[in-house]
Amino acid sequence: MKGKAHRFGDDVNTDYIISGRHKFKTLDMNELACHVMEDLDPHFTKRLKKGDFLVAGKNFGCGSSREQAPLALKHAGVAAVLASSFARIYFRNSINNGLPALVCDTSGIEDGDTLEIDLATGRIKNISKGSEIDSRPLPRVMLDILSEGGLVEYMRKHGRLAIE
Amino acid sequence: MVLEGKNSVAKTISEKILSAHSGKDASAGDLVVAELDFVMAQDGTAPLAIRAFEGMGGDSIAMAGRAALCIDHSAPSPLRAISELHALMREFADKYGLELNDVGEGVCHQVMLDKGHALPGSLVIGADSHTCTYGAVNAFATGVGSTDLAAGLLSGSLWFRVPETMKVTIDGKLPAGVFAKDIALMMVGDITADGATYMALEVGGAAIADLGLDGRLTISNLAVEMGAKAGLMEADQKTLAFFDGRTSEKLAPVSPDAGAAYQEEREYDISGLGPQVAKPHTVDNIAPVEEVEGTPIAEGLIGTCTNGRLEDLRAAVEILRGKKVAHGVRLIVAPASREVMMQALREGLIEVFTECGGSVMCPGCASCVGTHQGIPGDGENVISTANRNFKGRMGNPEACIYLASPATVAASCVAGEITDPRRVM
Repeated sequence: MKGKAHRFGDDVNTDYIISGRHKFKTLDMNELACHVMEDLDPHFTKRLKKGDFLVAGKNFGCGSSREQAPLALKHAGVAAVLASSFARIYFRNSINNGLPALVCDTSGIEDGDTLEIDLATGRIKNISKGSEIDSRPLPRVMLDILSEGGLVEYMRKHGRLAIE
Repeated sequence: MVLEGKNSVAKTISEKILSAHSGKDASAGDLVVAELDFVMAQDGTAPLAIRAFEGMGGDSIAMAGRAALCIDHSAPSPLRAISELHALMREFADKYGLELNDVGEGVCHQVMLDKGHALPGSLVIGADSHTCTYGAVNAFATGVGSTDLAAGLLSGSLWFRVPETMKVTIDGKLPAGVFAKDIALMMVGDITADGATYMALEVGGAAIADLGLDGRLTISNLAVEMGAKAGLMEADQKTLAFFDGRTSEKLAPVSPDAGAAYQEEREYDISGLGPQVAKPHTVDNIAPVEEVEGTPIAEGLIGTCTNGRLEDLRAAVEILRGKKVAHGVRLIVAPASREVMMQALREGLIEVFTECGGSVMCPGCASCVGTHQGIPGDGENVISTANRNFKGRMGNPEACIYLASPATVAASCVAGEITDPRRVM
C-alpha cells in the first residue's frame, strides 16, 4: 500500500484521536471518523486521503481503552499507523480491528512524504526521501488475528484464542 | 505457590498469576492464553463489546456469574443517544445474565471492589484503562478494548504477553498535608507517561504498608498513566480485612519469590515530599504545588476512580468544614460508589460539601471524561482529583486541567486559586 504521511508528535492520546465528547454518543464509526484528531489538528480529516498513513513518535494511543480510537481512524481512511512505540491497549485494539500498527523508527519521516508499505515483510519505503526502514515483527497470534481480518472474524472462526 | 516444571525459576507476581491461570510455567516475554476470573465493561466500551460479541456469533457466555456491566461514565444519561446505548446494555445483561450496575451504583472500578469481584491473586480484564486499579488488592487486572473483552466474555480466556516488571519501593513517612495522590503524581513525573509501557509495576515499601487501601488504590489507578499493564501490590492484613463479608471465595494472595527478575528497580523516600500538581496537558507534567500557587480556578472536581473514596472525601472535608467555596468557583463532588456515598452520608461529609457551596453528584465518573456534570468553559482552569488532564478531556479543548490531591483541590476551591493545602490545615 502507498500513501502520504501525516506527521504527529509523541504521546498522542486516545482523547486526541477521538474525544470522549463524541465517542459516548454513538456506535456510528463514520460519524466519529469526521472528528478524528480534531483537537490536535482541526483540518486533519480534510487533508487526509483514503489510504494515507498516520506517523507519530513514541507512546501513540496512550490513555483510555476506547476502541473507537483505531476504529475511527480506520473509517476516516487511515491505512496504517506508524510510531516509534505504542501504548499497549491501543496496540491490541488496532490489531483486533484490522488496522495495522507498525513499530519503527519514524524520526526520518516528514509530513507529506510518500510511503510504500509491504505488510508481509514489514518493510517501509520512503519514496520522497529514497530511504527504507524495517518495522518490528508482530507476534504470531497478532499476525493470525490480522490475517483473519480482525478478532471478531478470528473468534467467529476459531471460537477461542490459541497460541501455536 | 510452587510451580511444577523443570524451568521453574523465581517469579514476580505477574509471572505467578499468569502461570497459574494458563497452566504454563511462564516468564516475562512469554505469550500465554489464560483463563479469566472476572470481566467488566462500562457504558463507553460495553456497547461496542456487545456488537463485537454478536459479530463473533456469540449466543452464550463462558463467564456466567463472573461478568459485570457498569453504567457510570454518562450516568444519568445527558442525551437521548446515550440513553439508547444504556438500554442496549440493560437488554444484553438481562439476556445473558450479566450483573448490571445501573446509574448511581458508582464508578465501575469501585463497584468491582465493593462487590468483591476483583480478588487477591485473581486475573481480571476490564474494558477501561483504569482496570489496573485492582492491582492494589493483588489482582492482576488490566485494561483491554471492547473486542478483547467480548472474546473473554465469549470464551472465558484471553491471550497475554507476560510483562516484565518494574519494582518500585516507597519508604519514609508521609508529611502532613501530603497524600497517596502526591506519591502517585511524583511517580508519574519521575517514571513518565511511557516509562513503564508493557511492564507491570510491583509497588511496595514501608510507606505503602502505612497507607490504607483507599490510598493504595489511588497509586495503582495511576499505573496506566506510566504506560503500565498492571500496578500490583502484595496483600496484607488490611487487604484481607477489606474482603470480609464481600466474597465467599477463599482468598489466595500471591507474593513475588525472593530473587525474582526485575527489569528495573526504583526507590523513593517520601519523607520530604510536598503536594504535587500535574499541569496541563499531560499527566507527567508534574510540579510542586508552590510552582503553580495563585493560578485562578473556575472549577474543582473531587471524586473519580482515582480519589472518590472515603479517605479522599474525609481529607477534603477537613479543609472545607466551616468554610465557603470562593465566589465564581464550582466545586463538583462525586463519591466513587453507592457504598462510599452511604458512609459519607452517615459521617456527615455530604452535608459539609453541600453547605460549603459544593454540588454533590450521584456516584459515578462525573465530569472526568467530559460527557456531563461540569464541562468547563473556554479559557477556564479546572483543578481535579482525576487521573487525566489531556486537552479536551473534560469536554472542552479550550480549558486547562490541573490534577492534585483532594486536599489540594479543596484548599484551592476555598481560595479561588491553586493553593498549598498545608497553608490551611
